[in-house]
Amino acid sequence: MAVPETESMQDLRQRQPRFSGLESGHRACQGCGQALAARLVTEAAGPDVMIANATGCLEVFTTAWPQSAWRVPWMHSVFENAAAIAAGMEAALKVQGRQSKVLAFGGDGGTFDIGFQALSGMLERNHNVLYVCFDNEAYMNTGIQRSSSTPHAAMTTTSPPGKRRMGKRHLKKDLLSIISAHHIPYAASSSVAYPADIRRKVRRAMAIEGPTFLMIHSPCPLGWGHEGALTIEVARLAVQTGLFPVIELERGTLTDCMPIRELHPVTEYLKLQQRFRHLFAPDDPRATEELEHLQALADYNIDTYGLRGERPDPLDTEGADTVHRGGKVS
Amino acid sequence: MRQALEGSQAVARAVASCRPGVVAAYPITPQTHIVENISKLVADGLCDCEMVSVESEFSAASVVLGAAATGSRAYTATSSQGILLMAEVLYNIAGMRIPLVLTCANRAVSAPISIWNDQQDSMAVRDAGWIQLYCADNQEATDATVQAFRIAERMELPVMVCMDGFVLTHTMEPIDLPDQDQVDGFLPPYHFSRTLDSGHPMTLGGLAGPDYYAEIRHAHHRALLASETEIVSADRDWAELTGRASGGLLAVEGDADAELAVLAIGSVVGTLREAMQEYEGAKAKLIKLRCFRPFPVEALQQACRGVRRLIVLERALSPGGGGILGTEVRAALSELSDPPVVYNYAVGLGGRDVPMDLYPRLLEAVESGQGERFSIFDVELEKLPEEDR
Amino acid sequence: MIEIRIHGRGGQGNVVAAYLMAAAAFDSGFSSQAFPAFGAERRGAPVVAFVRIDEKPISRRSQVREPAYLIIQDEHLLHEHDLTAGLLPGGGVLINSTRSSEALAEELGGLKVVAIPATAMALETVGRPVPNVALLAAFLQLTGLLPQEGLIRALEERFSGDILEKNRKLAELAVQKVPAGLWKEAQHATGA
Repeated sequence: MAVPETESMQDLRQRQPRFSGLESGHRACQGCGQALAARLVTEAAGPDVMIANATGCLEVFTTAWPQSAWRVPWMHSVFENAAAIAAGMEAALKVQGRQSKVLAFGGDGGTFDIGFQALSGMLERNHNVLYVCFDNEAYMNTGIQRSSSTPHAAMTTTSPPGKRRMGKRHLKKDLLSIISAHHIPYAASSSVAYPADIRRKVRRAMAIEGPTFLMIHSPCPLGWGHEGALTIEVARLAVQTGLFPVIELERGTLTDCMPIRELHPVTEYLKLQQRFRHLFAPDDPRATEELEHLQALADYNIDTYGLRGERPDPLDTEGADTVHRGGKVS
Repeated sequence: MRQALEGSQAVARAVASCRPGVVAAYPITPQTHIVENISKLVADGLCDCEMVSVESEFSAASVVLGAAATGSRAYTATSSQGILLMAEVLYNIAGMRIPLVLTCANRAVSAPISIWNDQQDSMAVRDAGWIQLYCADNQEATDATVQAFRIAERMELPVMVCMDGFVLTHTMEPIDLPDQDQVDGFLPPYHFSRTLDSGHPMTLGGLAGPDYYAEIRHAHHRALLASETEIVSADRDWAELTGRASGGLLAVEGDADAELAVLAIGSVVGTLREAMQEYEGAKAKLIKLRCFRPFPVEALQQACRGVRRLIVLERALSPGGGGILGTEVRAALSELSDPPVVYNYAVGLGGRDVPMDLYPRLLEAVESGQGERFSIFDVELEKLPEEDR
Repeated sequence: MIEIRIHGRGGQGNVVAAYLMAAAAFDSGFSSQAFPAFGAERRGAPVVAFVRIDEKPISRRSQVREPAYLIIQDEHLLHEHDLTAGLLPGGGVLINSTRSSEALAEELGGLKVVAIPATAMALETVGRPVPNVALLAAFLQLTGLLPQEGLIRALEERFSGDILEKNRKLAELAVQKVPAGLWKEAQHATGA
């Protein structure tokens, strides 16, 4: 008797109905990591949500009056209050006995810096809100200025390299440690290089009653200085060098991490981006020193979070490590 | 030295030439190029100051307040949402009589969110107790920046230098940058009489009960009124040094005897100037208001002597009230025995372009002689549903 | 006063083109003014920039409604909007395109059009698909408005080293692509 042919996982996934909370036709740049991340999040979260969105690229490119790309209830107020707006939405829903989940969206600027106070307050008061931070490591919408999420030594317009400086002087703020100190039920990082991971974490957070936090590494081709086609590759290398750990925390304790199966030196990641090009200046001892710093930071992450591992992650994008640019699978 | 420069670049260099000790800022369109240019100067060792990239405008204002109170010349720049977020601190700075200079790259305020030019932002904080100067072009912005530090430090009052966002900040034009020697000659080292110093401990920002608050506010108000003299002399001394004057409190151009006058502030003055020269519709004069706070009542009354019809143009409004500049102008002119009829219009809100042919359309509108309490001159009502018109 | 309008997309160096022209004009002894009309800041968004050049100081700051010349950095924009609105009679349109000047002129209803493949030239000579320098050099050659040295000096202020050399070379190549002085009869702005 012949064995019936089964459909591949890829084919099955293609047939799965997807909710499009963020419609196409918006005005994001080619290769925008944030647009991809926002689409994945809204897909996984489904239609019964409402979104409080901070000022930044995402709200600008999705809502140029009189059009909007959002298919779910959505509000933009100001830069620093997304978490507080979300808290207000949640309080109203609670008092009315309605079941929609509240999401708050902010970039790294609106989360690490100007919106930090409101975020801390929302977490501390235990609001049932999923806060998603799209981390592109600078103030991109206003023209690439440094934020506290900008990596050490990165070039931005307010941390330019020069005779006296080698880019941003300070370290990337370890926001997840601060978030985890609030002892919220669930906090995690993810990356646009791992869409299945994003979906899984969003669904997990949606199912939790209480504050949850998800930080998604979202390359910005314009700000980081690479071609739009390289967004996923750059994001993957950030993870696979250890510079951007993909981890999960519950009530302040590290519970899981995405293992790096094939470790890459930081230079492979850095050299793809113009924002680090001063680190490859020949005959500049400062450049060598900074490369060593960044490698040390990556090594520290690998040690601290135990990122090296051999086991495969079953929910990782199939063949993610072996997909070549252009879509051909080796 | 005369160069073709972007407005923001010129202002950044002017700031650097004033030898600030501390610069703190948070990025917001369209101020960004000012701060980026200063950052580059610092990165290249051309400006020796402590550059603090703060996490919000609220902190930007707070950092420069702390720095100025501790004996360093300090500077910040912002726009729109940023100036609103720092509003609490702005009142605080002025109330404490701290010398500071802030560049406001004028931008409309949310909601709806807009990145484009109007003057709603600086007008919104007109009661904070700061000196407010408005610049008609980038040369004025450059010169006003240097003058601002001197005025601030002599009066112990903070000075806000307002320049239209994009229209001035992002416009390249020939600008005479002052040399370092000129600036050093004009601006002595920073001195603040109540500097925080363990050698002479001072308490700043104390609590004032009902028995003292009014007196402190009276002194503040008087100081602002008195600063008119400093504003005029700073411009005059600068003119002697560089050959460039900006008009002090206000400047009158065109036909001095004209019975029709147009009063405006900011970059729209430039467009009006050429429009009035080109369209020979009527004999008119142009009143460029440079100083909005303190409000130059006497100078304005003087400029309006003999004027029968006065058009007041502004890029802001008080919703539910009417014009902001227009209302203050009317109040000042009401003291005259025969005040002109005032036509108060807002134009160019949210960055709407102000074209040359605005002027002939204004002439037509004011033919009736009835005056206009307030309206938005260039609104396109057909874009709105009937009930919103 | 000569008024020029430059259309393109974010990332094509539209605003820089305007600034370079203003700097070149200033360097040649004129008064000049250049500024953008921004949409949201991002790559690919349509951007318009304006330039004014005059012998006397320029005061007006309104957007250019009646340009004497147009420079179109991205020809695909021609399909989306009427970029030629307000062009003064007899005004010249310089377009970044691989198509022929004649074909484009016909499409635009008989306007005075010159086309050069500025993006391709830039890619080949400088290695980046930024058409502005080639278009500016060609524009100056066509109009005789300013000497090429003015543009070169403006480039020297903005670039250095290898990039400067390549841009110099690109300017030289672009100059050869268009007939000198074809648009020499200057158009003067009539106001508004």
